[in-house]
Parts: sequence; structure tokens; C-alpha cells
Amino acid sequence: MQSPGALEISRRDLLVASAATVTVASTASLSHSQTNAPAASQSTKVSFTVNGERRELQLDNRTTLLDALREHLHLTGTKKGCDHGQCGACTVLIDGRRVNACLTLAAMHEGEGITTIEGLGQPGSLHPMQAAFVEHDGFQCGYCTPGQICSSVAMLEEMKVNIPSHATGDLLAPAEVTPAEIRERMSGNICRCGAYSNIVQAITEVAGRKA
Amino acid sequence: MRAFSYERASTIEAAAKAAAGTDGAKFIAGGTNLLDLMKLEVETPTHLIDVNRLGLDRIEPAPEGGLRVGALVRNTDLAADERIRRDYAVLARALLAGASGQLRNRATTAGNLLQRTRCPYFYDTNQPCNKRQPGSGCAALGGFSRQLAVVGVSDACIASHPSDMAVAMRALDAVVETVRPDGTTRSIPIADLHRLPGDTPHVEHVLERGELITAVVLPKPVGGKHIYRKVRDRASYAFALVSIAAVVLPNGTGRVAVGGVAPKPWRDEAAERELPNGAKAVTAKLLANARPTEQNAFKVALVERALSAVLAEARG
Ligand SMILES: Cc1cc2nc3c(=O)[nH]c(=O)nc-3n(C[C@H](O)[C@H](O)[C@H](O)COP(=O)(O)OP(=O)(O)OC[C@H]3O[C@@H](n4cnc5c(N)ncnc54)[C@H](O)[C@@H]3O)c2cc1C
Ligand code: SF4
Ligand code: FES
Ligand code: FES
Repeated sequence: MQSPGALEISRRDLLVASAATVTVASTASLSHSQTNAPAASQSTKVSFTVNGERRELQLDNRTTLLDALREHLHLTGTKKGCDHGQCGACTVLIDGRRVNACLTLAAMHEGEGITTIEGLGQPGSLHPMQAAFVEHDGFQCGYCTPGQICSSVAMLEEMKVNIPSHATGDLLAPAEVTPAEIRERMSGNICRCGAYSNIVQAITEVAGRKA
Repeated sequence: MRAFSYERASTIEAAAKAAAGTDGAKFIAGGTNLLDLMKLEVETPTHLIDVNRLGLDRIEPAPEGGLRVGALVRNTDLAADERIRRDYAVLARALLAGASGQLRNRATTAGNLLQRTRCPYFYDTNQPCNKRQPGSGCAALGGFSRQLAVVGVSDACIASHPSDMAVAMRALDAVVETVRPDGTTRSIPIADLHRLPGDTPHVEHVLERGELITAVVLPKPVGGKHIYRKVRDRASYAFALVSIAAVVLPNGTGRVAVGGVAPKPWRDEAAERELPNGAKAVTAKLLANARPTEQNAFKVALVERALSAVLAEARG
């Protein structure tokens, strides 16, 4: 069965293809040699692992990692809020580091390992951070939540390997997991419902458990 | 987004050559600025050259005693480096004051330097903007200019440079290393990298077509107290209205570069010599030629007050 995402892509490909045909036809009448010039490819093959599973895709170069995950791999847990790096809803982990999937091209991640909210945990086997968000009501509508959870998991790892933040008082000493540190380090994840105080509690609990 | 072709460059030489030989080619590093602008069709490259796999992601000792920061070192890794935290703290602080954890994980040294203005009309393709479309006019003059520049501006453009990192690098006298498509290299003092708008605000830096930034060299440590103070509309994840990068020595002399007020990091060595005489004396010289709009005139007073706070902290 063809998925809606695939249908949309093939429609777009069709438009590109017909536009290209028109160009070739008109230049061909002017100069035969030009028709032999290979058109630069507008798509790229890329393979990476997503949640431990190897995936290979041939994608229009414009496809962001976010759209590859949602529209091509149908992992819709990762959300699109702003599509411009301003909200954090699209946060995923690439080789363990948190990034905005909306501001990177899928083709740029050949050979890398991507983890989405689906890969962190599943119903029945939640990641401790997922469980803590549930326990502390770290959300209301839930739209920002997958991004918040991916971001907070990677953020605690950043603290473990001694990456400082704007809230770190002494750059030469390791930072401690305080509410001020958590708020600053999580500022790239906006919650329009304003669940921030419960999010801080959930993260604090997981940090304590790990310590 | 317009369609484009894409290649992963595997050597520095190949990347520079490809960029020079292909009309409409651009390098892509973290992509956090370029893709943002491509989605809006403010940037419309026809070919992208991915420079992420060129091995330019190391921080090494420089022969003259400083550090050589690879062009592809991520902002997170630069801020976390022990040597940067110890000897160039103003740079670590500036980096940490910028963007978000996620963005800093992708943003690179070179990309950060060459990021484009956040002028709202530059982003809005329905508006006249000399930087985006030369000769179309400037919607910011007489428009919403709260974030924009007060000094170094022209009648054609009052855009401010948005980088925090570059302001600290200016205070540290960093030097940008490049490779040109013909294979020759050059070193550009950061003071000379960005150009003032004049009549050509679309020409933002001195790099030639296809010229690739390979590294930024930090001269050997100068000691002193390192302070970066950023004033913004919210406490985190917002661009600077005004920022101060300062290195203050025990005798009260030092260096000051200011962000958020000009089309490039703003520093004036003559103004700096007034440091022992206080913030007012420095600001009077530094912003002597300021031409603020009604909406951003507050920045002149804000620079003086922010600098005053910085100098108090340095004494403290
Ligand atoms: C929501 C948001 C908030 C932000 N807040 C801040 C902030 O508070 N402070 C701040 O300073 N910044 C902020 N930024 C901007 C961010 O720092 C920049 O987007 C980032 O540094 C750009 O780096 P990059 O590697 O992603 O560049 P790219 O987007 O990959 O490239 C930017 C430009 O540099 C060119 N380029 C890249 N590498 C090279 C090279 N090696 N040689 C020659 N040319 C090259 C590209 O062709 C392109 O023109 C913010 C961004 C977003 C989206
Ligand atoms: S200030 Fe510069 S960038 Fe902004 S609208 Fe005017 S010309 Fe464009
Ligand atoms: S969707 Fe990527 S940051 Fe908002
Ligand atoms: S829970 Fe609704 S946006 Fe955060």
C-alpha cells in the first residue's frame, strides 16, 4: 500500500520531472550538445540507523531530517512546531546529541545513528524520563513533549560530560543539576501550555535517581 | 525551498574548487542559518557543498602559543573545551549566551561568523530590502528597528550582526584562516572579515567566491578578567539587544567589543584607551558616530550601562 507521504512525494517528483522535460525540449531545439549534459541530481541516497534499525532512503535533497522521519519513515512522534529552529518540538538525538531535526538535511546524516522519542521507550517499557513526565504531569496538550523528553535526556548527558551552560557560575568547576541550570539548558524547548515547572520537577527527579 | 543539487565534499581543495566552479553554489556546515533562510527563499543556492566531513573539527595548539579552532568545531564543543574555559573565558561565555543547546550542537565556528542578520524585513520576501534584493529599498528605516544597528550603518541598510561568538573573537583579536579555490591560503584579522554596508549591503564579508574558512586562530592568552554580558528581551534563547565582550587587566586597561549595535562586532582601540576613565568615556568615543533610529536610540544608553556593570564586575 502506498502511504499518503509517498503519494505526496511522487506528485512533487512528477512536477519536477515535467518541468525538466520542458526545459530539455526547449534547449534541445537550440543546441543538441546541451541535451547530453547530465542534469545535476536533485535527489540523494542516504542510509542511517533510526532507533537501531538501518534505513536507506532516496530523498529529494530538500528533505529535512524532520520530514524524512515523519513523512518517509512515518515516525510521527517527533513534532513540527515552527520548522525554523525556534521551538524545539523537533528535537531528536544524533549519535546521542540533541539537535533540531527541522534545520538539518536528511542527506547530511549518512552513516549516523538517530534516536527519536519512539526509540527512547514504548508503552510498557518507558524510558525513566518518559515515566517521570507522566508522574509529574510534565505536559498539558503534549505537543512539545517528545522534544522536551529527547532534549532533557541528552541534556543530562551533557552535564555528565561537563559541558557548561550560561547558568554555570564557575566555568572551571562541573555544573550541578539545579533548577536554574535545568531551565537555562532547556530553553530551546518552548511549551505553549506553560508546563515548565512540572518539566523541571520531572528532570530533577531523573537526575537525582541517576546520581 | 528551491531545488538544488548536493554533494559531500571529501577534501578542502575539492570543496573550494566545486564552490568556485558552480554558479549559485554554497557551503553548508551546521545548516542552522542557511536552511532557515532557504525555507523562506531568502537564500536560493542551486548547489550545496556539505563541508562536515573535511576533518576541520579539531582544536589544536597554534605555533605562536594560541589555539587553532577548526572551522567545523561545533559551538558546544568550543565552549566546553578546557583551554577555552580557562584562557579565553569571554569566548566560552559568549558561545553559551547564544541560541539553544540543540542549535549549539550543530552550529559551527565558520557558520556562526557568517550567519546573516536577523532584520525582520530581510526575512520577509514581501518587503523591500537592499541586502536581500539590491536597490529595492530598506523597510527597516522608518520600520521596526528595535533590534537593529546604531553605528556603522548607511542609508541603504541598518542591519546588525547577530553573532555573540564573533564579538568575543573580536575582543580576542582572532584571525580567520581560509583556502581559496586556486589552493592559496590567507589569514584575515577578524576586524577585516565583515564589511560595513555602504551602498552594497548584500556584500557582507571579504571572502571571495569559493573561499573556504578552515580555522580561526586565537592568539596566545592575554590574561585578565573575561566577561561577556548580554542584554536581551528574554533571559535565554534570544538575540542580543546589546552585548559586551570585555577583557579587563588588573591595572584597569583592557579590551572591549560590543555586539548588537553594528553590522559587525564593534570595537575601537581609541575608545578602549578610555577604559580607566569609566564606561561613559568609552561609550562616548565608541558610539560617537552613532545614527540610531527613534526605536533603537535606547541602545546608546544601554551600552554605557551594560559596560558600567561589566567594569564593576571586573573590579569586584
Ligand atoms: C532560533 C535561533 C536562535 C539563535 N540565537 C542565536 C543567538 O542568540 N546568538 C547567536 O550568536 N546566534 C544565534 N543563532 C544563530 C546560530 O548561531 C547560527 O545559525 C549558527 O552559528 C550558524 O552556523 P552553522 O554552522 O549552522 O552555519 P550554516 O547555516 O551551515 O552556514 C551559514 C553560512 O556560512 C557559510 N559557511 C559555513 N561554513 C563555511 C566555511 N567553512 N567556509 C565558508 N563559508 C561557510 C554558509 O555557506 C552559509 O552562508 C540562532 C539561530 C536560531 C535558529
Ligand atoms: S536594514 Fe538592511 S537587512 Fe534590514 S531591511 Fe534594511 S536593507 Fe534589508
Ligand atoms: S520545529 Fe524544529 S525547532 Fe521548531
Ligand atoms: S504541553 Fe502543550 S506545548 Fe507543551
